[in-house]
Amino acid sequence: MSGLAGLTGFALRRTVGALVTLLAISVIVYVVFYVTPGNVAQITCGPRCSPAQVQQVAEQLHLNDPLYTRYLNFLQGLVAGQDYSTGTSVQHCSAPCLGLSYQSDQQVTALILAKLPVSLSLVFGAMVLWLILGVGTGVLSAWRRGRLTERLLTGVTLVGVATPVFVIGLVLMIVVCGQLQLLPFPQYVALTDDPEQWAWNLLLPWLSLALIEAAAFARLTRAAMLETLAEDHIRTFRAYGVGERSVIGRHALRGAVAPVIALNANNFGGAVGGAVLTETLFGLPGIGQELVHAVNVVDLPVVVGMVLVIGFFVVLANAVADVLYAVADRRVVLA
Amino acid sequence: MTEAVLAAEAPGAAAPGASGARQFWRRLRTQRATLVAAVVVALLVLVALAAPLLTAIEGQDPTTYHPSLVDSARGGVPIGSFGGISGDHWLGVEPQTGRDLFARLVYGARVSLGVALAATVVQVAIGVVVGVAAALGRRWVDQVLSRFTDVIVAMPLMIMALALLAIVPSSFPRPVLVALVIGLIAWGNIAKIVRAQALTLKGLDYVAAARLSGWGTWRIARRELLPGIAAPVITYAALLVPANIAIEAALSFLGVGVKPPTPSWGQMLTAADVWYQAAPQYLLLPAGALFVTVLALTVLGDGVRTALDPRAASRLRVGTGRKREARA
Repeated sequence: MSGLAGLTGFALRRTVGALVTLLAISVIVYVVFYVTPGNVAQITCGPRCSPAQVQQVAEQLHLNDPLYTRYLNFLQGLVAGQDYSTGTSVQHCSAPCLGLSYQSDQQVTALILAKLPVSLSLVFGAMVLWLILGVGTGVLSAWRRGRLTERLLTGVTLVGVATPVFVIGLVLMIVVCGQLQLLPFPQYVALTDDPEQWAWNLLLPWLSLALIEAAAFARLTRAAMLETLAEDHIRTFRAYGVGERSVIGRHALRGAVAPVIALNANNFGGAVGGAVLTETLFGLPGIGQELVHAVNVVDLPVVVGMVLVIGFFVVLANAVADVLYAVADRRVVLA
Repeated sequence: MTEAVLAAEAPGAAAPGASGARQFWRRLRTQRATLVAAVVVALLVLVALAAPLLTAIEGQDPTTYHPSLVDSARGGVPIGSFGGISGDHWLGVEPQTGRDLFARLVYGARVSLGVALAATVVQVAIGVVVGVAAALGRRWVDQVLSRFTDVIVAMPLMIMALALLAIVPSSFPRPVLVALVIGLIAWGNIAKIVRAQALTLKGLDYVAAARLSGWGTWRIARRELLPGIAAPVITYAALLVPANIAIEAALSFLGVGVKPPTPSWGQMLTAADVWYQAAPQYLLLPAGALFVTVLALTVLGDGVRTALDPRAASRLRVGTGRKREARA
């Protein structure tokens, strides 16, 4: 009972910590993007705008206000919502409001929500794959250690570690869709529209992202299991006649659980970065593709909003991992 | 004299002293895969350094257009077999522009290796300064620096780099900018490693002895701590280099990294997928170059780690966050 209460308290403290981290990230991101040189008003207005028009745009986008008032406004919108005047009409942007796009006057929150399902489908689908493939490969090479199987698997995972995700994606797309024509070139279909088509179309993007990540998990799982196998209690199990299958599959694998959770959280941000490349490569209309577009037209509210949302998921992943970590291993001090 | 004796007795201080270095080389030499990787890396560095010489021998340069070598009626496919390979153009020419592929590939090696090394130097410099300052500074200094490091680690590197690179005006020299951006965003993990190691060393007797004999903080940091943190820093930095190569390639692939006409492997791949049938080497060469380079540097990095800390080698045969992120 007290253990459960301790866990709840730990989760609460961890949540507060995560919120503080997010706030700090928002300050850094906001400051960095809004003080970086580059004439935003000119770019937003277009190359043919007169200085007067550029001035008007700057006024409308509050580009001349001091940075801290703009940041406080931004925070206010995030917590309580905000009204924006877009020339003639007033638009209400309800909390959590991330501002309006410079380019289209669309609400950034709505823009992101529209793209989020694609990116979440990609990342979480790939995560299931990389965990299964990675941990499976790791277990197999720890079990067949010293044999040909292990050497082959070690070689394959090293290749996986060394290949950039867009190279694997490019090669997969050309071979599977272009040469062999096993699958059509991916086109996103929403899960709610047609689950089967959703999965088929995401198969290649999932594989591209997962193969690379899986390599890291395979190396980690193998190392953690080999280390556990060298410990005294495993020798005791063996001496009592516990079968090799049970030693590997139950007891040695237990030693790999915590590191795998930690690595999964640690690599989550990287996987999101990989998802941007995968989306761009396969033309999936997700957050990554939108971010690349926003970045090219210097649509700062969209860029800042997306970086914050992605940061939110990364911080969330780390917090979840910490809690899981504590659940998986009761020796972890809940501090 | 006494200092040297005390330093030599410190457990885990793997780096300092001639005997440590000799031991390191001996261990490095016994790993066959590492040796092969080292030779490959040395060749790559040589090619990058000698790029102007090599292209002069070939008689080409990476930026001159050769419209007469591509078939404009067929959308710019290189004329001739195997993508226009000839005595003049050793690896053929680029579709549409007719630029020499060999020249672009070897100049691309300069960009890849140069940017990755420069970014690593920036990462290590910031990481060491922040890590040592956190370990040796007052409590509040440590608190502020450590929390700040946590925030930096939580920021997704690719996303931040992508966004940052796009808003800086393109008049800024691009390769320098890419290296700076990677270096300025991705120093968090190395700072954490340095802080942890410096804290451990700080508690050891030989550092306490130096403190008691009246040494200042700066002198202790430089003379007593830096040699002790060298081993983990070198280990981590060796794996940062291939990671940074992959990041630079990814950013250039997305069009925000190194800009044309400067050639970069990632950038060469951007347009390559539509040409894979007409000019397969346009895709295969930069992809292969990237693969070989990252693989060789990763194997070398693994070897360095094993040589510096054989005890932890099996335990540490584990990816680092940065590295994964980089491959993204």
